[in-house]
Amino acid sequence: MIEAQGGGQARARTISRLTVVRSLLRDWMTLLSITFLALLVICAVGAEFIAPFDPLDDNLRMRNRPPMTPAVEGNFPHVLGTDPIGRDMLSRLIYGARISLIVGFSAALISGMVGTLLGIVAGYYRGRLDDLIMRLVDLQMAMPFLLLALIFLFIMGSSLLNVVLVLGVVNWMLFARVARGMTLAYRETTFIDAARVTGCTGARIILRHLLPNMLSPLLILGTLDVAGLILAETSLSFLGFGIQEPTPSWGLMVSGGRRYMSSAWWLVTLPGIAIFLTALSLNLVASSVRAVTDPVQRERWLALAPGGARKEDR
Amino acid sequence: MLLCVVFLGFRVIGDPVRIVLGWEASEQRVQQLRKNLQLDDPLPVQFARFAGSVVRGDFGDSFWQRKPSLPLVLDRLPATFYLSGVAFGLVILLAVPLGAIAALRPRSLADRVINVVALAGVSIVQFWLALMFILIVAVQAGWLRTSGYGGYQFVILPALTLAYPLIGHISQITRSAMLDELSKPYIKAARAKGLSETRIVFTHALKNAAIPIVTVGGNALTSLLNGAIVVEFVFGWPGIGQLTIQAFQQRDLPLVEATVFVIAVMIIVTNLLVDLSYTYLNPRIRFQGSSDEA
Repeated sequence: MIEAQGGGQARARTISRLTVVRSLLRDWMTLLSITFLALLVICAVGAEFIAPFDPLDDNLRMRNRPPMTPAVEGNFPHVLGTDPIGRDMLSRLIYGARISLIVGFSAALISGMVGTLLGIVAGYYRGRLDDLIMRLVDLQMAMPFLLLALIFLFIMGSSLLNVVLVLGVVNWMLFARVARGMTLAYRETTFIDAARVTGCTGARIILRHLLPNMLSPLLILGTLDVAGLILAETSLSFLGFGIQEPTPSWGLMVSGGRRYMSSAWWLVTLPGIAIFLTALSLNLVASSVRAVTDPVQRERWLALAPGGARKEDR
Repeated sequence: MLLCVVFLGFRVIGDPVRIVLGWEASEQRVQQLRKNLQLDDPLPVQFARFAGSVVRGDFGDSFWQRKPSLPLVLDRLPATFYLSGVAFGLVILLAVPLGAIAALRPRSLADRVINVVALAGVSIVQFWLALMFILIVAVQAGWLRTSGYGGYQFVILPALTLAYPLIGHISQITRSAMLDELSKPYIKAARAKGLSETRIVFTHALKNAAIPIVTVGGNALTSLLNGAIVVEFVFGWPGIGQLTIQAFQQRDLPLVEATVFVIAVMIIVTNLLVDLSYTYLNPRIRFQGSSDEA
């Protein structure tokens, strides 16, 4: 699904941070994505203040009401309708953003840290350890990711913490591959030799010399990973093995609305759109950042008119 | 090259044993806690017993259906093969020509379509796509069936859902592989010889571009299975994916083990087939392998 970009990223980054930000904002698709993500983060952080209703407050007389139905009390309507037990859809979507972002980011953080560390260690020390780690990567690459997650959740039981842990562990090998590839490329360069000659320990070389050089590709991969993990979380919740009721999760909302699909379209459509837009924005931002930080693609990017179509030749 | 093949062979053989080993050990610990079955023996003994019966193809009776698990799983295989076969066919039929056209005319309509499809493909969840298909297509146009098993009426929607993310991905791969090949000197030679453009594209370039496409296509099987779990569940397709979910939902340990085992074997076999197809597609690999040996 996500293409790992291997080594060969050894070009110097000669672009200031300001230029990166400015050229990102020039493209309206990217700007839109960033805006959407910012809104999402605001929703997730301040859900208590933004959501018009309590997401857990059910009312059986207000079941499956279409969007814009007036509320029982107060003058703020149910803008996006209500769900099968009368809870406000908009509020649940806002709280759902919190779950999705927590799961996506923390699982990506776990897999990023574990994978990067193992990848660098494998690439730096080589030998038997490298063989072992990479074979593990190959093995896990071959297994369907969803099946693995299901198995782990089956063993450990479903809870928010377990979902985060499982998704983090199940997805580390992408990072390991990329980190190892880059370590192999950097390993023979003079600045690593110099560090070794001055007597740096292995850990210091890895943390102070190797890691900072790989940060930007790894961050891009991480962004893509967040999108993938959010999708994975919704799939798991949809199947009933992820987040459990009554916690508002987008995947769970879709599965709850499935039975009423022909009579209440908003139950299934709206959370799905939320999932789709979130993942789309993350993917767009990741691909723009990649285009801007990669010197070859940057020239093409800057040459394009704002909002022009992006080409990714790879 | 030979080393590589030996290594892969080793992995392929070592695979099922290790998978069964790791998961079995922890699953049994859970089982010991949950149900006090005959699990008082030390783990190694249990494992030996388990391994012994797995070798004989015996995973124990399913708790849920009260029948031997492995035949239950194998019964579901044809449905999954049928569905993923149709999906894979769709991918090849749509993605490869799309990618080839995009490579011939960069920045054309096809090129743009691919970008959009690929981007949406990695951003969409399959269960939602499936539900939207059901909501829009099947409810409006009555001749497509949204659930069940059967002929083209039944298979189109699940197969399309399953194929969609792959279409974007594979067409992108095809496009870049074709661009690579078309810029090589032998294409110039073929043009100089006066071959027709169709001939050049389809018999010369596409055949050489096939190797990366096959690699990705082989990996795609894993994601097809990934998708099959969800898609079969949504569309009520009686395949192995649906069975997997049911087994998990029923907490039916023998059945879970059997499905996981069968899926693992399927993946190993495909990986092997993909590796073997390299030697067919690229004679150089065969050649180098034998020269290494000498």
